[in-house]
Amino acid sequence: MPTDAQSHRTPPSGFADTHAVVEVRDAAVRLGARTIWTGLNLTVAPGEFTAILGPNGAGKSTLLKVLLGLVPLSGGAAQVLGALPGQRREQVGYLPQHRQLETAARIRAREIVRLGLTGSHWGVPVPFLRREARLAESRRVDEVVELVGAGTYAHRPFGELSGGEQQRILIAQAVVRRPGLLILDEPLDSLDLPNQAAVVTLIRDVCSREKVAALLVAHDVNPMVFALDQVLYMANGQAFQGPVNTVITTERLTALFGVPIEVLITRDGRRVVVGQPEAPHHHGHRHDHADHP
Amino acid sequence: MSNPSLSWNLVWDLRELLAYPFMVQALAAGTIAAILSGVLGWYMVLRRQTFAGHTLSTMSFPGAAAGMLVALPAALGYYVACVIAALAMARRPDAHDGGGGIQSARIGTIQAVGLAAGFLLLALSRSILGGLDDLLFGSFLGITPMQVWTLAIVAIVVLGILAVIGRPLLFVSLDPEAAYALGVPVRALETTFLLMLALTVAATTQITGALLVFALLVSPPAAALRLAARPIPSLLLSVGCAVAVIWCALVAAYFTTYPLGFYTTTFAFGFYLAAVGAQQLMRARTRPVTA
Repeated sequence: MPTDAQSHRTPPSGFADTHAVVEVRDAAVRLGARTIWTGLNLTVAPGEFTAILGPNGAGKSTLLKVLLGLVPLSGGAAQVLGALPGQRREQVGYLPQHRQLETAARIRAREIVRLGLTGSHWGVPVPFLRREARLAESRRVDEVVELVGAGTYAHRPFGELSGGEQQRILIAQAVVRRPGLLILDEPLDSLDLPNQAAVVTLIRDVCSREKVAALLVAHDVNPMVFALDQVLYMANGQAFQGPVNTVITTERLTALFGVPIEVLITRDGRRVVVGQPEAPHHHGHRHDHADHP
Repeated sequence: MSNPSLSWNLVWDLRELLAYPFMVQALAAGTIAAILSGVLGWYMVLRRQTFAGHTLSTMSFPGAAAGMLVALPAALGYYVACVIAALAMARRPDAHDGGGGIQSARIGTIQAVGLAAGFLLLALSRSILGGLDDLLFGSFLGITPMQVWTLAIVAIVVLGILAVIGRPLLFVSLDPEAAYALGVPVRALETTFLLMLALTVAATTQITGALLVFALLVSPPAAALRLAARPIPSLLLSVGCAVAVIWCALVAAYFTTYPLGFYTTTFAFGFYLAAVGAQQLMRARTRPVTA
């Protein structure tokens, strides 16, 4: 944990590991007079599944916005897919938090996936023109619909699907461009337990089959701990990255949060975190949407 | 047209109808207005901006009053007033209002101010607004070739712009956050859409009147969105429905003594009811009945 207050004033000139999908060095964010976090380091390798964990207000969503290029760093440096954040938008799949898509209720789910691929293109598709390209687009949409297991309901209106089905469609939309990085903001919110496990498994599958690194923000590590490669814990303006087995321990988490936290290891080797500061009341919380367009 | 009467020979009826230039112009203007409102109304209903559309339609009153005050055509007043209102409605770049509640409150305020301004302009010009019935409920008797050409130019401009921005606008309308993250200019598209809607409303108002512009702008898209789940078929259905409404209404108004506005609204409502019925039927078929 770098605590030197001066170090983030001088951004590092170059990044050692140029193959990393995400590389954040000694970064800090201040919004107005408030320091959100300082001394944040994060490295994500291709195909790696990383969870960003911590209580509300720890700055998890702010970190995602930094990586999307929507919030500037006030210290340190960050790169995403070998460029400054925001420069490789086309190669970053993003799943925003709490998305209802109320206006899409009567639109076919498959069309929502297709928008992820062609929605930002100017002009309208002209019949009989670029036929090959449009067939390729359709094939790609079919492919990701199958990838998320939505083949049986992708033809139905989006509003008629269950919460878990909608989340699968939105994940398909986020990966349809073959991104190198998939950023998911609280994708398990408002899902029941079986659907939480299913969505985590799906993200794990997508990581390995599409060779995409996934960065997922969550309150609760327990539904996903079996699938993760590494975690980034954020609390009290600081952050701590590492593989599951070294970071998710009673000593480390208790030290980080400053409250007693116990990590139990079950007979089949799974870790269960008990006494997280956030766990009991994570439903019904409103998160700040001040940066909504 | 001393005594128009509907016979059972449809070809004969059509020939009689098209013998009058005013009727040809009414059909041309009606068709253009229907295509425009079928397309723009589809986006408007999808984006849940019908209140914005309604406010724009009431702007024809201050528009016409202002036109009279400075001795310019009422139609020009419509366009100017609608465009000003659309710009006032567009979200400020620095706004953090986020919710539809504040947005609709602002639109309501603009509507009240617009109507009050119309009243003031009317008092200033010291006259009564001629043809108030036509302003509110529409007329097809007085459409000039000049008006038809103006409509055609507005339609070409608006549909031309939409051909370029249609897909990103759909993305922004359905999924603004994902579109924003991919670098789609959300605010610019929203403002452009409001401006195009303003031009469409100003154009359509001349056929349907200020109060009944909704018949063309809301009912056909609402019907289409119930029937088709894919954007392009839904959009085409909306246009087809709007054109059918205006044709039926014009023919009915020609052969009877009742006003056009009544027929436009009635046929539009009829199409909407038919769509609701068809949707129920489709649902009943796809979902097996469980005891």
